Formats: sequence, structure tokens, C-alpha cells
Amino acid sequence: MTDLELGAPPKSAPAVQLVVPEVPGTAESAAPPHEVADLRVKPQRSLWGNAWRQFRRHKLAMAGTILFFFMLIATFVGSPLYPQQIDDIDFSASGSGISLAHPFGTDSLGRDILARILWGGRISLAVGIVAALVAIVVGTAIGATAGFIGGKSDTLLMRLTDLFISLPQVPLLLVISFLYRQAFYDFFQRSMGSGVVGIFLLIVVVIGLLSWMPTARLVRASFLETKEKEFIEAAEAIGASRFSQMFRHILPNVMSPIIVAATLGVGAAIITESVLSFLGLGFPSDVPTWGSMLYDAKDRFEIAPHEALFPGTMIFLTVLSINYIGDGLRDALDPRKTQ
Amino acid sequence: MGRYLIRRGIISVFTLIAISMVIYSILALAPGDPLSGFANNPNVPPELRARIRHTMGLDDPIPVQYARWASAYARGDWLQSYSAKIPVRDYVMGRLPVTLKISGTAFLLSVLIAIPIGVLSSIKQYSIFDQVATTFAFLGFSVPTFFSGILLILIFSVYLGWLPFVYDSQVTGFWPNVKQSIMPITVLGLAGAAQLTRFVRASMLETISQDYVRTARAKGLREQSVVVLHAMRNALIPVVTVMALQVPEVFGGAIVTEQIFRIPGIGRALIDGIYSKDVPVVMAITFGIAVLVVLFNVIADILYAILDPRIRYS
Repeated sequence: MTDLELGAPPKSAPAVQLVVPEVPGTAESAAPPHEVADLRVKPQRSLWGNAWRQFRRHKLAMAGTILFFFMLIATFVGSPLYPQQIDDIDFSASGSGISLAHPFGTDSLGRDILARILWGGRISLAVGIVAALVAIVVGTAIGATAGFIGGKSDTLLMRLTDLFISLPQVPLLLVISFLYRQAFYDFFQRSMGSGVVGIFLLIVVVIGLLSWMPTARLVRASFLETKEKEFIEAAEAIGASRFSQMFRHILPNVMSPIIVAATLGVGAAIITESVLSFLGLGFPSDVPTWGSMLYDAKDRFEIAPHEALFPGTMIFLTVLSINYIGDGLRDALDPRKTQ
Repeated sequence: MGRYLIRRGIISVFTLIAISMVIYSILALAPGDPLSGFANNPNVPPELRARIRHTMGLDDPIPVQYARWASAYARGDWLQSYSAKIPVRDYVMGRLPVTLKISGTAFLLSVLIAIPIGVLSSIKQYSIFDQVATTFAFLGFSVPTFFSGILLILIFSVYLGWLPFVYDSQVTGFWPNVKQSIMPITVLGLAGAAQLTRFVRASMLETISQDYVRTARAKGLREQSVVVLHAMRNALIPVVTVMALQVPEVFGGAIVTEQIFRIPGIGRALIDGIYSKDVPVVMAITFGIAVLVVLFNVIADILYAILDPRIRYS
């Protein structure tokens, strides 16, 4: 380590001037012994251990986590196990309410609603998670680049962010989905044999590309703050490349707000997909997502309210649990609140 | 401030030009030639179709078409609606009053709910009232408007039969109008109130722990005047700017509620326009919302500078 510091010439000259006087001399760096002893009284705690301890105290966040994992398991594991099919048409049971054969009732064509909720829940949840990932990756990349490199690229990227923030998101989303979904469907139907994948990609990418901006601003601000810290200077002094400074040294220190934003983004994306499908502009009607089930149900409130209640409740509970998880994470990852 | 405003104005104009290019390209590049409208009608004979396309300039390159469209817009000509067969301007203006009435009232309602509840729950932090208020704000913030709208319809229209759930713009008289507006206003208003309450509470909590508030208490002022005159005045500065930023969202939120309650407003016009590929209408509404977003961003900044003497733009 000392070899590196002294031997390898640091990349930029001014950094040397700044760092060299601060490289502690051997005499001064030895801290008073009793302080070290004090530190060892308590067992070591890691950042994530602290966060987890804090998170567990947030009862609603824990309840949200359990509920969310229950949803994930019920839809991804439960759907293939559930005996009823999503497109078993049974006109004799059309629009029937809750019964043993159909726990959540049936829709206008006599299809089992629970089967459709489980099957479609996978799509709704997957859209939420993947769209939030797209937004977070794009937002983090842009925010990190702008904050770390600064100068012209910062100005340019922030102008781009401002432009995207000013875009009318909901109308654009509706327009894009309506105009392009057939083309995506046809293309993926031909090349991959599954047009739904195309719609999925279209929706996920468009939601992601219309919602990365707050993350970018957040990450940029954290990067601007963190890159001035001494440990980054130290990293630069031992010859860490700019790439490694960005991703190994700064990024882990700005993860907390990113994680919170990502969590809340999943809920927001689930709502957005539901809005799209509810307006009839999302997935095609033979693909039951929670939103498109509401679309099918909305003209039959008087005769079959359960058709709307069950998928609507699923959306609400999922988003609620995600928001509570986000709330708990925000508290748990905030070092000011950690005891 | 003057120079700042001029610079902001110039940036805003460029932002709007860029946005209009984005929207135009999305429409122009879409498969199925949506910009061509009735020139695509299969009932029109091919040679006539070609002539219409030519006179409409649809064979020109996209940048030329965009320039023509932009210059028409700049002159205040919003083109002709494909499906309504009237100028888009008249069509949109005809739809605007209903949206303003419903969404505007909802916006006022959300402010009237959020400020007192947010303030009360911050000065009684961790009390029962605060816990109930924050829980409801959290629920309201997590429930999508399409679901709360459906719930209200199921309860008040289907089971109780008190309120009509289809909005009828032909209805006359004060009371029937109120009855059909209650549910959409409630849905939008509560959703907005939930967000705003959280914000008011957070802002108040931050202000109330400041030294000058303690000073105000220490010099023996009544609690009421400490809260209202000292803390609230400062805590509401960021709230006002957030409210300004929420104004364009009023129109975005109207898209879903107008669809649920079948209100013939702007949001409904947008959805109908999308379904019928009525591009001039879609373009006008989408771009109109973009103008509002940019405009209210500037307004929020100006309000901030006026209300907070610590902020000075240069």
C-alpha cells in the first residue's frame, strides 16, 4: 500500500499536492490505544446489518415485505399449480360470484378470475420490476456521469433530464403504446413466436424511459457531494481509475437513495401499466393483466362487481406493500436515524 | 430577476420546441402512417388519395412537414380535427370547461384538506390524530385513481344508488350537476390531498424544529401565533411551489377519471383522439399539457423567489 502511494505516480498533479501533506506520518497515525479498545467492546456491525436491524423495527414495512413476497410466490409459483386455466370458457358459469369451484368468481365468459389474477399478476409484477430497473439503470448512469465528469457533459445531460421532465408523460405513454404496439407484437410474433414479449418490452422500456429523471437528479447530487470527500482523493492517490472511482468507491456510498427510489418505482410502474391496460392501450385483451381485467369489468359494475374488485384490490395491496417497503428502507438506510 | 426571467423564457421556448419535435417524430415515425388521417381511408379511390396526400404535403420529408406544422401552430392554427371535422381549437376549447370545473374543484379541495391536516398532524406529531392522518395519506397515495373511482361507483351508485356514475353534460340545474360531480371530484381531490398532506407535514416538521420558532415560543407568544404566523408562513413556501408544479398533473390525472366517469373533457378527448387516430387533436392536447408543465415550472420558480427572500436568481 505504501509502495503504491509513494511509487506509482498519481494521474493528476494537483491531487498530489493535496494528498501528500495529508498522508499521515507513522507517528501521528497511531491513534491513542484506548480508543481502539473502545471500538472492540461492541460486536462489529455492517452497514447492511444495521439497515436490516432498523428495517425489522418498522412493522408495516415488514408486513409489506411479507405481503409482497406472498404475491410473488402466489403468482409465479401458484399460477402453474392452480388447476383452472385462464381461458376455460364456461358460459353456464358466466359472471357467477364467489363459489368453491371459482373462489374469486368468474367473468363474463365464465373464465375463472383467480386463475386470471394469478396468471396476469406475473405480468403486472414483472412489468413493475423490470420497468423500475430500466429507470434506475438509465437514471443512475446519466446521474453518475453528469455528477462525476461535470463540465460540458453535466450541462448537456441535465438539459436532457429537464427536457424529459417536461415531456407530458401519461399522454405520450398512451400515444406510443397505441401507435407502436401492433408493430412490436407482429415483429416479436414473427421472430420469437411470442408477440406478448414484444408488448412487454415496449411497455417496460417506455415506462422506464419516461421515469428515470428523478433518479438521475438524485444520483447526480449525491455524486457531486461524495466525489469531494477525502476517501475519493485517497482512491485517486493510490491510482484508482476513474471508472473504479465511480463504481467501486462512490456508487456504493450513494446506493441508499437509489434503492429507495427503485422500490417506489416498482409500485409506480405497476400503476402505470394498470392505467395503460385499464384504458385499453396496454396488453391485448387475451392477456389478462390486473389492469386489463379492470378494463373488461368496467362496463359490468352493476351485474358483476367482483370482476373489478378482485384485480383492483390486488393492484392496491401490491402498491401499498411496496410503498411501505420503500418507507421502511428510507428510514433504515438513513444513517442519521440509525442508533 | 429580470435577466433571469428572460433567460428562463428563452430556455423554455427551446425546451418546448424540442418537446414538439419529440412528439411529432413519435407520430411521424409510427407504423401505419397516422399523420395521414383520412387520406388513408380505404374508401377513397387511390388517385384521389394520392392527390389529398400531395395537397396535404404528406409526401414531403418529415422535417419539412414538421416545419409546416410548427409554423401553423405558432400562428395559432391548430389544424382540423380528422373525426370531429371542426377546427381542433374549437374542439379542445369546447372540452376544456368540464375538465376545468371538475379538476379545478378537485385541486382546490385537495389544498383545503391538505394544509390544515398536514399542519395539525405536524404540530401534534405522533399523536393519534397524526397517526390516523399519516395512515390515510399513505393509503390515499397508494390507491390508484381508477380503483378508488371504481370503489366509489360500486358503493354510491351500484349498492346505494345515490349518485349517477355516468356524467351527463346535458344535465341542467345546480343539484343534479353537483350530484354527478361529487365522485370524480372526490377521487381526484383525495388523491391530490394525500400527496400534498405528506408534503405539508414534512415541511412543517422541518420548520417547527428551527431555532427561530423556539425563540418565538421563548418570548411568550401564544402557540397559535407561533404556528400560524411564524412556522406556517415559512413552511408553506415549498408547498406553494409544489402546488404550482401539480397544476399540469391535474390534466394528466383527468385522463383516468374522465374515462371512468365518462366525463366529456380534455382527458376523454385525448383517449378518443388516440383511438380514432385523430392526430391533430392528440398533438394539440399532448403539446398543450407540455406547455403547461414548462409554464408552471417557471411559475413555481418565480413564486419561490417572491415568497422566500433568501432565494435570489441572477
